[in-house]
Amino acid sequence: MLSYIIRRVAQSALVLFVVGLVAFSMFRFVGDPIDNMLGQERTMEDVERLRGQLGLDQPFPVQYVKFLQEAVQGNFGVSFRQGRPVAEILAERAPATLELAMVSAVFAIVLGIALGVFTAIRRGGFAANFIMSASLIGVSLPTFLIGILLIYIFSVELGWLPSFGRGEVVDLGWWNTGFLTASGLKALILPSITLGLYQMTLIMRLVRSEMLEVLRQDYIRFARARGLSDRTINFRHALKNTMVPVITIIGLQLGAIIAFAIITETVFQWPGLGLLFINAIQFVDIPVMAAYLMMISVIFVTINLAVDILYAFIDPRLRVSA
Amino acid sequence: MNRVRRILDSDQFYAFRRSPVAMVSATVALVLILATILAPLIAPTNPFDPSSLNLMNGFTPPMAPNAFTGESFLMGTDDQGRDVFSTILYGMRISLFVGVAAVLFAMVLGITLGLLSGYFGGWTETIIMRTADVQLTFPSILLAMLIFGIAKGITPIEYRDQMAIWVLILAIGLSDWVQFARVVRGATLVEKNKDYVAAARIIGQSPLTIMLRHILPNVLSPVLVIATISLALAIIAEATLSFLGVGAPPTQPSLGTLIRIGQGFLFSGEWWILFFPACTLLALALSVNLLGDWLRDVLNPRLK
Repeated sequence: MLSYIIRRVAQSALVLFVVGLVAFSMFRFVGDPIDNMLGQERTMEDVERLRGQLGLDQPFPVQYVKFLQEAVQGNFGVSFRQGRPVAEILAERAPATLELAMVSAVFAIVLGIALGVFTAIRRGGFAANFIMSASLIGVSLPTFLIGILLIYIFSVELGWLPSFGRGEVVDLGWWNTGFLTASGLKALILPSITLGLYQMTLIMRLVRSEMLEVLRQDYIRFARARGLSDRTINFRHALKNTMVPVITIIGLQLGAIIAFAIITETVFQWPGLGLLFINAIQFVDIPVMAAYLMMISVIFVTINLAVDILYAFIDPRLRVSA
Repeated sequence: MNRVRRILDSDQFYAFRRSPVAMVSATVALVLILATILAPLIAPTNPFDPSSLNLMNGFTPPMAPNAFTGESFLMGTDDQGRDVFSTILYGMRISLFVGVAAVLFAMVLGITLGLLSGYFGGWTETIIMRTADVQLTFPSILLAMLIFGIAKGITPIEYRDQMAIWVLILAIGLSDWVQFARVVRGATLVEKNKDYVAAARIIGQSPLTIMLRHILPNVLSPVLVIATISLALAIIAEATLSFLGVGAPPTQPSLGTLIRIGQGFLFSGEWWILFFPACTLLALALSVNLLGDWLRDVLNPRLK
């Protein structure tokens, strides 16, 4: 067990090391940092001096170690486009994305599990069949089209909800939140549905198939024979036992939600990390791209690691074979 | 004649005729692909030829004569008076070209790496499959964006628009090879222990010949299934990237770029500039996707 965990941690560290290498190579080789900093008017002495100052004359591994040291302390350099420290920009944008991701995740989990249980219990019923077919269409629609469709219905035609931005935001010092104002809450609705819809259908389908599997088993039949109520059987006995794979998927999808926020944030002009990343790509703002890459990798790798370790606790077979 | 008869008599064709979903989606896909190939013949105007444009035709609603010129357009026109129907036909060319090329690229890369790691094992396998594992940790659309960003940074500014299409193919292809490699490796591991491979080895054929001539043909059917489903995903990925503004440039608009442009007119009521490209994209992606699903069920019932 311990060796399994150690091996997984080592693997994760290796992944992060490689990602860091990619990020660093982006800094180093995509465009010349000296060019970016000095501009047109410069002398050879200036170039040499800056090269020495920045440590660019040192061997690659030395530079990389230095880069990692800085990155661990949260120093990702200065954005080419905005001229401010990248860490500062990221910190400013993070609340918007995290709030959006959180609301979408709650939406996806609550509705996904509820609909999954419903479609499993009422299998073959009209409503269940309808939900299943609708979910199939939902999965095949690209995220950005869902967003545009929602904007068209609820903003353009009905005029109920805002089509872009976060609404009024309350500043809490290091965090700014849209939860405390009516316009902030209204602005959250459409983006969270857009972002969470895919995950919702995924969770729903998983819960449904797991439930159907469990409901076939003997202990459910015995529970029925004992005369327990349907509610007790479905929720106490069946749903509980479907939760292991569901929790795994939810964990893995959390990372995906943060990544797919890029698309949703662009559709709704949501001032979060995803929009920042897309703009960074459009304007080739390498420090921002690299920092976003490293940040999201840490999130992904941590989630994967946590899920794997959790699995090892839950499923004893993994401990032996690994 | 004989070959046609064999196809018509095959199990697959029988299954095809029995499945309305497969027939409909195949027809839709075929019509769209034909329209793409014949775009210059079908399209009423060439949207990239400035001389054929008339600004007075701007914002003509579909199937209604323009107030100034009296001309009418099947799907209306955009702000510059371009016929939406023609831009869709040409846009589909870019979408399909990028999609097909990206899948081919991913396929060749994935098959090569899969064959190598399955056949040789050892270090080759460890390196290739670990790389694949790492890559699978990240959503492929994120990787494609990143590759696009880096490639954009490397290309000089004056070539960026011209290169965008090729960079897009590279980005989507590189983000999608893992599936092919995994499946081919798995199938190769099974095939390489069979007698015919041993026989080929005994008569002294080189590993390259064995891999390409003997093993490859036997691992192709799952590859075909993945390729079809990948094509649908690649078309959507390309549309997503172009929609986000990190894909096909406005000078060579794909369906995604058209949707991006159309979104700007949603609030002023010119819905057709967005609506028709979006429907075309959906029809294209959905028909290819359903065809892939059907193919999977027919070729490999175990995967169902």
